[in-house]
Amino acid sequence: MPEPVGFFTDTSICIGCKACEVACKEWNQLPGNEPKFMDSFDNTGRLDAQNYRHVKFIDLVPEGPAVVGNGSAWLLMSDICKHCAHASCMEVCPTDAIVKTEYDTVYIQQDVCNGCRDCISACPYGAIGFNERTGTVGKCTMCYDRLQANMTPACAKACPTQSIQYGTLTELHQKADARLATLKAQGYDKASLYGRDDSIYGGLGAFFLLMDKPEVYGLPNAANAGLPSRNNFGGYLNALVVAALGVFAGMMAFRKRSPGESDTDAGVTGGVR
Amino acid sequence: MAQHFVQPPQWEWYIVSYFFLAGLAGGSYTLGTMLRLWGSRRDEGTARIAFLLAFPLVVVCGIFLTIDLGQPLRFWHMLIDTTPGAGGLNFKYWSPISLGSWALLVFGVFAFISFLEALGYVRRVAINEILGSIVALFLCSYTGVVLSVSNQPVWSDSYAIGGLFVASALSASAALLAWLSHYRSDAASAEPTEERLARADGYFVILEVLMIAAFFMTLSSAGTIGRMLGGPWLIVWILVVLSLVPSLLALAGRRAAWLSGIGAAAVVIVGVFLMRFAVIFGAQF
Repeated sequence: MPEPVGFFTDTSICIGCKACEVACKEWNQLPGNEPKFMDSFDNTGRLDAQNYRHVKFIDLVPEGPAVVGNGSAWLLMSDICKHCAHASCMEVCPTDAIVKTEYDTVYIQQDVCNGCRDCISACPYGAIGFNERTGTVGKCTMCYDRLQANMTPACAKACPTQSIQYGTLTELHQKADARLATLKAQGYDKASLYGRDDSIYGGLGAFFLLMDKPEVYGLPNAANAGLPSRNNFGGYLNALVVAALGVFAGMMAFRKRSPGESDTDAGVTGGVR
Repeated sequence: MAQHFVQPPQWEWYIVSYFFLAGLAGGSYTLGTMLRLWGSRRDEGTARIAFLLAFPLVVVCGIFLTIDLGQPLRFWHMLIDTTPGAGGLNFKYWSPISLGSWALLVFGVFAFISFLEALGYVRRVAINEILGSIVALFLCSYTGVVLSVSNQPVWSDSYAIGGLFVASALSASAALLAWLSHYRSDAASAEPTEERLARADGYFVILEVLMIAAFFMTLSSAGTIGRMLGGPWLIVWILVVLSLVPSLLALAGRRAAWLSGIGAAAVVIVGVFLMRFAVIFGAQF
């Protein structure tokens, strides 16, 4: 078995060029959605079945005049499927179309998926989208076909600043730790690694160096990173209690007889006209 | 405050209709069984109607669920693992949508047997109805648990949706059966059955009110109640609450005359449909 691989995305050096988006679409033959003019430099909007990579432009330009200490202006982040160790999408998928590959990445088998879309409601990152053309769901494959040929995924290959780095998770963790230490030494106290350890879905195959809190980037923090199955017990218990009460209520209602009516109302057979 | 960055699964009219009809199918079957277990012989005609209703409804459920798939011809992938080299059955007890697929199939078998029995083709087997009712109640409820077992705002913030769907399914089914009792061949003898069903509906509506309260309390603590009551959804929820009033008045013996028969049934059934519409659409759009 090959060693687990992944992406380390260092948002501190992303310049928002979108080369990753273009390379991804080129390699994966994704025609893309109709471009839109949005409220920033973003014209793809979100991750979906046409955008396996999406560069987020997070506008933090202060409304008032900029002074020393509030100069944070833009946060840029090339977002992608996180290839979670404990993947919500994989947990709920009823067809087992979503599998772990030999590289420990999360992969959707297009010939197995039947387009029920339960995975879309489960993915906490909004990384999966429905493809109207194929009738199935789609997301980043980490260029599974390229991995099999010992090639670097297209987005990492194209990234001009090495904001997106590909490699084995072991070596990426070491690089991320070193980069974080450098930034901390330079006074970037808010810098943190997201998904480097197992506090987020057991660890992420695509993890990030962030310059602010995860929620600023549209990522749930550790307290909110829950698997869908956390609600199984409460949901079923509640349903069971109500169903039992419903049966009891039915028994109470149906056992009561009208005046003059008895259990032996023989001769009344009933039927449908 | 719960953080949500998920995308909507675009579950729309087919799914709302499926959830609604699955509730009616399961609820009718359960009430038919309960009428036979605890009702009088005068209820037999309505019990038969319940079993005649459940099977066609579950067939329509299967059709809606299949049409909603992006690849409808792969509906059977829900049950059989087609991953190359894997084979075998797909049964993921931790995934409500997987359990629900099996429940729909198994309930279909029970409902078909009861359907044939109601038509007089096979003999009645009580254990079939009891086991079928257990699966029927699961069918009513799992649709709510499917929503809760997600990361979608509103849905994943409440454990009460499964219970809400069961209570409302039983209520709508009781109302429907009470109305259909008018069409029994012995309709003149059906009045006690209608009274029993109206009383049961009142009890079910009390459960539904409690579940609606639990639903909104859980949303309030998660900070997503505004999403469920924002925009047009507040009006829909007001209509849902108003639809519960006739059943409660009937339980108190104070229902107005115009709310008898199809009028009362329609109010209850439309209210239950609107509730599912609000829960499903309100969380996504």
